Amino acid sequence: MNDAINLSRMRDAAFTAEVEAQSGQNVSTCYQCGNCTAGCPAGFVYDRQVNQIMRGVQLGLKDEVLNSRSIWMCLSCSTCSLRCPNNIDVAAVMETLRHMARKEGRVAVPKVEKFWFSFLDTVRAFGRTYEIGTMALYMMRSLRLFTDLDLAPEALKKKKLGFRPHVIPGGADAVARIMQRYKERAKREGVRP
Amino acid sequence: MRIGVFICHCGSNIGGTVDCAKVAEIARGFPDVVYADDPMYTCAEPGQAAIEAAIHEHRLDGVVVASCTPRMHEPTFRRTVERAGLNRYMFEMANIREHVSWIGRDKEANTNKAAELVRLAVEKLRNNKPLAAKSFDVTKKVLVIGGGVAGIQAALDCADGGVPVILVEREATIGGKMAKLDKTFPTVDCSACILGPKMVDVAQHPNITLYAYSEVEDISGYVGNFTVKIRKRATYVDWSKCTGCGACTEKCPSKKTPDAFNEFTGPTTAITIAFPQAIPKKAVINAAHCRQFVKGKCGVCAKICPTGAISYDMQDEIVTEEVGSIVAATGYDLMDWTVYEEYGGGRYPDVITSLQYERIMSASGPTGGHIVRPSDGREPQKVVFIQCVGSRDRSVGRPYCSGFCCMYTAKQAVLTKDHIPNSQSYVFYMDIRAPGKMYDEFTRRAVEEYGTEYIRGRVSSIYPDGNGQYVVMGVDTLLGEPVEIRADLVVLAVGIEASKGSPQLAEKLRISYDHYGFFMESHVKLKPVETNTAGVFLAGVCQGAKDIPASVAQGSAAAAKVLALFARDKLESDPQIAQVDIRRCVNCGKCIRCCPFGAIKEVEIRGEGKAQVIETVCQGCGLCTATCPQGAIQLSHATDNQILAEVNALCQC
Amino acid sequence: MKFAYYPGCSAKGSSADYEKSTQAVCAALGIHLEELPGWNCCGSTPAHAVDTELSAALCARNLDIAAREQAETVLTPCPSCLSNLRHAAKRMENPQFRARVDELLDTPAAAHFPEVTSVMQGIARVYDANAIAAQVKKSLKGVRLAAYYGCLMSRPPEVMDFGDPENPTLMESLLSACGAEMVDFPLKTACCGASFGIPERVMTARNSGRILELATQLGVDAVVVACPLCQMNLDLRQKQAAKEADAFFRMPVLYFTQMMGLAFGIAPEHLGLEKLRVSADELLRKIDGAQAGEGDR
Repeated sequence: MNDAINLSRMRDAAFTAEVEAQSGQNVSTCYQCGNCTAGCPAGFVYDRQVNQIMRGVQLGLKDEVLNSRSIWMCLSCSTCSLRCPNNIDVAAVMETLRHMARKEGRVAVPKVEKFWFSFLDTVRAFGRTYEIGTMALYMMRSLRLFTDLDLAPEALKKKKLGFRPHVIPGGADAVARIMQRYKERAKREGVRP
Repeated sequence: MRIGVFICHCGSNIGGTVDCAKVAEIARGFPDVVYADDPMYTCAEPGQAAIEAAIHEHRLDGVVVASCTPRMHEPTFRRTVERAGLNRYMFEMANIREHVSWIGRDKEANTNKAAELVRLAVEKLRNNKPLAAKSFDVTKKVLVIGGGVAGIQAALDCADGGVPVILVEREATIGGKMAKLDKTFPTVDCSACILGPKMVDVAQHPNITLYAYSEVEDISGYVGNFTVKIRKRATYVDWSKCTGCGACTEKCPSKKTPDAFNEFTGPTTAITIAFPQAIPKKAVINAAHCRQFVKGKCGVCAKICPTGAISYDMQDEIVTEEVGSIVAATGYDLMDWTVYEEYGGGRYPDVITSLQYERIMSASGPTGGHIVRPSDGREPQKVVFIQCVGSRDRSVGRPYCSGFCCMYTAKQAVLTKDHIPNSQSYVFYMDIRAPGKMYDEFTRRAVEEYGTEYIRGRVSSIYPDGNGQYVVMGVDTLLGEPVEIRADLVVLAVGIEASKGSPQLAEKLRISYDHYGFFMESHVKLKPVETNTAGVFLAGVCQGAKDIPASVAQGSAAAAKVLALFARDKLESDPQIAQVDIRRCVNCGKCIRCCPFGAIKEVEIRGEGKAQVIETVCQGCGLCTATCPQGAIQLSHATDNQILAEVNALCQC
Repeated sequence: MKFAYYPGCSAKGSSADYEKSTQAVCAALGIHLEELPGWNCCGSTPAHAVDTELSAALCARNLDIAAREQAETVLTPCPSCLSNLRHAAKRMENPQFRARVDELLDTPAAAHFPEVTSVMQGIARVYDANAIAAQVKKSLKGVRLAAYYGCLMSRPPEVMDFGDPENPTLMESLLSACGAEMVDFPLKTACCGASFGIPERVMTARNSGRILELATQLGVDAVVVACPLCQMNLDLRQKQAAKEADAFFRMPVLYFTQMMGLAFGIAPEHLGLEKLRVSADELLRKIDGAQAGEGDR
């Protein structure tokens, strides 16, 4: 008995088709040269390398792909897309996978998502980024209270971070409404916002 | 008219989904059909014998075979009816396999459609007329374009067969890319040593006339009778006087002239002899870098030349040759790899092409065969080879495999170890393509005996580390991890493209070429040497990527085609050509302008201008017949009446 | 010359020095930057990482403001803002996508958006190398610089339109015009680790470390950047990168506007140079020294 991936059972062609439709890419053109992996600045923290993710998508291995940490650690630098010999926008595939995983509530690296929401929450509140607010929210949510504490003295000394949030003159309501509509629509459509 | 119809079963290919017996029965009811049958295999010997027998027995004067595509068996059946005494154009074919049985499963519908197609063929045949080919003389002389190994082989084989050969080479020496190689795979024997004698044979063969440093300017005519204009570019050296002593090259003061033969790995002089075994071994002046031309004064070579061969005021010269056949063997060039900015785009001196590496390894190269880095002359310890740079890469518009890079990369890795025993070579590859004789074994030797590290994956980027080495960022997909190597030298297996000017030459030859400039063969499997223009044959990489043995084989194959063509004293022209009805022709000239073959000319008949078809040049494409506003041109065997008869048959209901 | 201007959130926080120097340089060049009224955050990476339509909606609101202001061209200093705004504009060309985005907005977005481009391209559009050189009061002669664009500025090329995506050279031409010696910096479009400094520090440390290592090896006096996040990772997080690489770096990381400002003779305090964690004092001395040398001769 071994742990072979049972392709006849696990292959999910609909998943492959969905990724292709959402990303606008034809993943069958990937011939596994690995150039995406070779140039990926985040590969060293991935559990599966980009080319392996692409292979998983080709084979329709939905769980393997959507549960991977890699799709959360992608830096969106699109080096992979730029150098793909088959003109595949690999970064678009990675982003599509992240969206699909999020909507299904699969979050393999919660701290990354917490960081994003900490950021977006300050944007909702002030209409603009509030760096210290983002940090505070993030530390609270991730319980990583010592994040970048080493930078604090320097940052404070140099007044790198604004202490007060920068609010859109006239208020940030318009931005909050965008966020609100986005959330409501996601709820209506039965996906995780 | 008495017509016989044969509905072929093609085993179950047609019989499986077409009721052939019923089609035959329906055919018996068509006008002029006096006989119909449905044989199992019409093209087989008994099938053909049955056609012959029926012609005699039923006194047939026309035959229809309903079977497969005419591309394959129309010539077969034309010979069959001819054997039985009919004119070969009193035959028609209906394609009920590719057009019926293979594309539909409904037997009833198929049977009906097959019967319709047979009806068309019968109606066409009823309007057919016997046609006769005309014969003309052949100039038994061949032009070979390109003096690489394929062209050399074609030239030598033709010359040995007694055919005079005109060999035109663009560069100053023949030898092509093979002359630049240090060694050849899989035997690792010296390239110059095996090619050199053949080059000398070319120079000494009484049947070969060599025009080096020359290009084909213009081609007119047709199979058996081509007229070729050749531009002999000015070398500024009178080759009839030059002895190839090399005194001029030693004294030339312009010592920083780019050296194309050495792939720009080192400088040369403005007056050069490409390499020691050059054929012809004659000097050429590169005017763009010669002080006499650039600054208007120098004259050192003229002073030093013991035979007074230097001629600064030489001009290009056009010579005309008459030939009966042409072999194109124009080879390839490397694609412009500097589009790969991630590999430095050509800015890093120690990131070189495989062809440059050949010159660096060659004893006749700029370093005397010592492998050193172009940047600092140091011997490299870690050498990285990257395959498929500009091959199998759609993003740079090169989706095809260049065919031989896998093998020469293995060879270069082996040679690197031979030259520098303590070196380590790495090869980044996607697939190892080694299907030739002893090829796979050779790549295994590179790994097992020479310790070459093969890494399965592409390289994303190369950059100098600021410390004299280059960081190669790659991947080992078998390991599933990115990998990084600090290399002293990086050799790129740069993909090939058709040699510069191929499309322009193809237009002169009136042959087709593909999207990448490679010349198109007549049939990808069964006519790999022929082109769609009669009398023009292909040899070597100009037709598609191939290695030396395959290029040599195709060179010989092209020569065999030429010799077979010249075995006849007269050639027959195809009678399926355009014909002008001069009573209707108003001399508007539209046909002359639209003809892609230059097969129509204006002549004066009783004081009036008229179009006239040059029968031997016309290819029967029909463009002129569709263009003529007067309906004055008819294509024999596809006349308006014949086509309308088919249309009427189809639109009966 | 007048341009609409989208400063981006960093300009009001962590990259106040970029903002200050951008304003100073543009003022010196006679380029007037008209800030879009009531602009909001483009959503940066978190928005598009979460949802493309959300990201586009945040951007579309800004593009809409610009359209209503009848701006022809909007300049932004930040490559991330630029990328998001340009991506949104491009995606909005698809009617289905636009309809989904319009649903999120108060009112449907304008049918046509003005073009958005970088401050760098905006400057280059108005001033060629000769015109820049004419503005130089303190030549950067003898200063060796590495231009670092980061990963967003030039790609994807079909969206960003910033020259060769692997080897952009606009910054080099601007700074060469200021007299600086620009080295061929092969990692100029490598990724610095972006916003992962917070959730996954090793990502910025390792990637920024590679960039700083090469710059150090090439012996440059400073790395010149165009992106607030790159600047923060390379400068503020330089110690983290050094620790990860087990190396020592002391590499000033300046915005290209700060470098140009210095060449235009603008006082360092008007360029926000005091905000740099790695001091540029040595660099300033070098520039002044070169001036003195020129003067002697």
